[in-house]
Amino acid sequence: MLDLFRKDTFRHGVHPPEMKDDTAELAIRQFPFAPVLIVPLSQHLGAPAKPVVREGQEVVRGQTIAEPDGFMSVAMHAPASGIVRRIMLAPGIMGTKVESIYIEPYPASTQEIDDGEPCGLDASPDEIITAIQNAGIVGLGGAAFPTHVKLKPPEGKKLDTLFINGVECEPYLTTDYRVMLEQTEDVFTGIRYLLRATGTKEVVIAIEANKLDAAERFRTMCPDDLPVSVRVSPVKYPQGAEKMIFSALMGREVPSGGLPADIGAICCNVATTAEIGRLLPRGRGIQERVITIGGPGVRKKGNYRIPIGTPVRYALEQCDPVDDISRVFMGGPMMGPTVSNLDIPITKGTSGITAFTTGETGGSTGKKKVYPCIGCARCVEACPMFLNPSQLGILARNEEYEQMAESWHLMDCFECGACTYVCPSHIPLVQYFRMSKKMVRKLSAA
Amino acid sequence: MAKLSKHLEIGSSPHVTDGASTDVIMRNVFFALLPVTVFAVYAFGTGAALVIIVATASCVLTEHWLCRWTGNPSTVGDWSIAITGLLYGLTLPPDLPLWMVFIGGVFGVGIGKYLFGGLGMNAFNPALVGRAFLQAAFPQAMTHWQVPFAEGRFESIPSSVMAMPFWEPTYDAVTTATPLALMKFESEFAGGRELAAGLTSGSVGETCGALILLGGLYLVARNMMNWRIPASIFATVAVISWVYQLYDPTTYPGPVFMLFSGGLMLGAVFMATDMVASPITNLGCWLYGALIGVLVVVIRFWGGMPEGVMYAILLANAVSPHIDNLIQPRVFGTGRGAA
Repeated sequence: MLDLFRKDTFRHGVHPPEMKDDTAELAIRQFPFAPVLIVPLSQHLGAPAKPVVREGQEVVRGQTIAEPDGFMSVAMHAPASGIVRRIMLAPGIMGTKVESIYIEPYPASTQEIDDGEPCGLDASPDEIITAIQNAGIVGLGGAAFPTHVKLKPPEGKKLDTLFINGVECEPYLTTDYRVMLEQTEDVFTGIRYLLRATGTKEVVIAIEANKLDAAERFRTMCPDDLPVSVRVSPVKYPQGAEKMIFSALMGREVPSGGLPADIGAICCNVATTAEIGRLLPRGRGIQERVITIGGPGVRKKGNYRIPIGTPVRYALEQCDPVDDISRVFMGGPMMGPTVSNLDIPITKGTSGITAFTTGETGGSTGKKKVYPCIGCARCVEACPMFLNPSQLGILARNEEYEQMAESWHLMDCFECGACTYVCPSHIPLVQYFRMSKKMVRKLSAA
Repeated sequence: MAKLSKHLEIGSSPHVTDGASTDVIMRNVFFALLPVTVFAVYAFGTGAALVIIVATASCVLTEHWLCRWTGNPSTVGDWSIAITGLLYGLTLPPDLPLWMVFIGGVFGVGIGKYLFGGLGMNAFNPALVGRAFLQAAFPQAMTHWQVPFAEGRFESIPSSVMAMPFWEPTYDAVTTATPLALMKFESEFAGGRELAAGLTSGSVGETCGALILLGGLYLVARNMMNWRIPASIFATVAVISWVYQLYDPTTYPGPVFMLFSGGLMLGAVFMATDMVASPITNLGCWLYGALIGVLVVVIRFWGGMPEGVMYAILLANAVSPHIDNLIQPRVFGTGRGAA
């Protein structure tokens, strides 16, 4: 009876237009190899990988080209058979240069992947965790947090429930949706590995109501021996943030400054889970990923399985860009960072490339007149972390970074951008908060 | 490929917005006041029209001049000052001398808004600051009430309206008392229907409760007003006056009279809801509204003046930052949310 009144969603949030119709029904297609692939050694949170190839060396597609440097690090694999041309600094999305391996692929006809040492489901949890690290698997939803690190909770914490995140609440993106439809079996295999590695007993697949056929597919295809329940939440942004998933489906909040393990939960993106299920039995690593290339700036929109290291310029050129592209960003429009240099590569954390045109004025926040904060409280009503963005914004302008962190919970902000989305005064609140968080980290490190 | 070589914009996410804009919100509040304004001119004639025009012009010009004088771009384009000016005009008696209207506007905007730092910084509702100044400086002129729907109200201009600056105005029109004055000094209570339809005397824009509510509903429907503030004011005033009416129905009027008489409707819907001068949390807004409600009843029932909405709102404006200090949203993962 109580179930009737449960809404399976979190409090606050916003409803940006979903914009998924253009690509949702397009099957995943293999993307061609660019003339040069740039594989950054740091595509994840944590320590950069250590290269194990030299310049001029020939590599085989799928071969390990860099090894993890410590626990907070993952391996890198050759996205194509070819020659290592250079190992040097290359531009990255954040404007800083990143040590990267340049690979010149051989012609596409010769591209085959060698299977490595498989990791079976009978392996021990620690063996699976190591295999996931060596397969270079990170959170493919965008955060690129090394997956194996999450699977080992801190001492004394026990994991009860495994959440598989198929929410995909960012507008324009349809990669997780396609993966759920086309790699359903891989997702179930991945779940088996994750259950074994974490010792969790229960699995919840979280999906938004605009992807009901994916939910239906999981329900009908789920093997009887898997303890899986599929839960559908109403469409709302940022439903896909793991804290919001726990809050919506468990009714529990991750403590401020704490970890999901504190409430016995672990959350894994559905594409990440599918990759675990696809790669581990074959002993392979991540050398490609599925991304959505879309937005009004490209004509050949679609969902593509694209080699890691493909330059954004090449990716866009293959998709028939329009003339007046004004803004390109990685991922979706709510959280995606803009691309200033089209020569940066697609990395493991890239869930999509979205291109806007100058005609997209309803969208672009760039040129709108900024008014003073009028205290309308729309940001307060939107913030899923129940912060006060209005007050934080005023403090940020006054550079009161310590007060923001100590009295106003700045560090709980996960930069979803809901406050900026609703602000009628067009104050770049989330941008203030990103900078302020950096300043706080800098001040506390000093 | 040449077309991808051109410069790209750099901007921080989010790259989309819901399209809301402060000037659009302000413009809509202005539009929501127009039905009341038209009714006011219809009810009180040329005097009311001149008062409204001069009030709006004095506020807009003051802000424009002050911006220019201090070397800043004019902020008249954000429409907030137009609301202030129109609201200020609607709170004045219909035959108030225009020179008083003008200096009240200059005072309200100069002291009440610009000195505090302009839009977003004003602690008090500037329209009410201007009115409070006039109430203190010209108490007689501010309590002089024209009969509504008087014959020939469109043919001539009341002589008091055109009075020479700093000279005692002469009144030629028939005057009357407001329902609140009748309640206070004669224990006569006007009927609810008469009050809601705007058939009684009072300030230019405060008499027709129904049209004010209509404008408020429009703004609530467009998510441009926090309905909790008027709801809280109405509930508080209604409950307290209902209790007192039970106790002594000859001295104390009932909830309907209290809600639809005087400036309560206009104040609760359009003044107390000034986003800048009201609390930011919903709970804070309930408290703030309740405070206004209590103050209104206290001043009306036991104060020296028949009407108390203006002072109630100004006092609550002063308390609003303290309500914000006291009440903040419970941060996710803290307090009762932390498992």
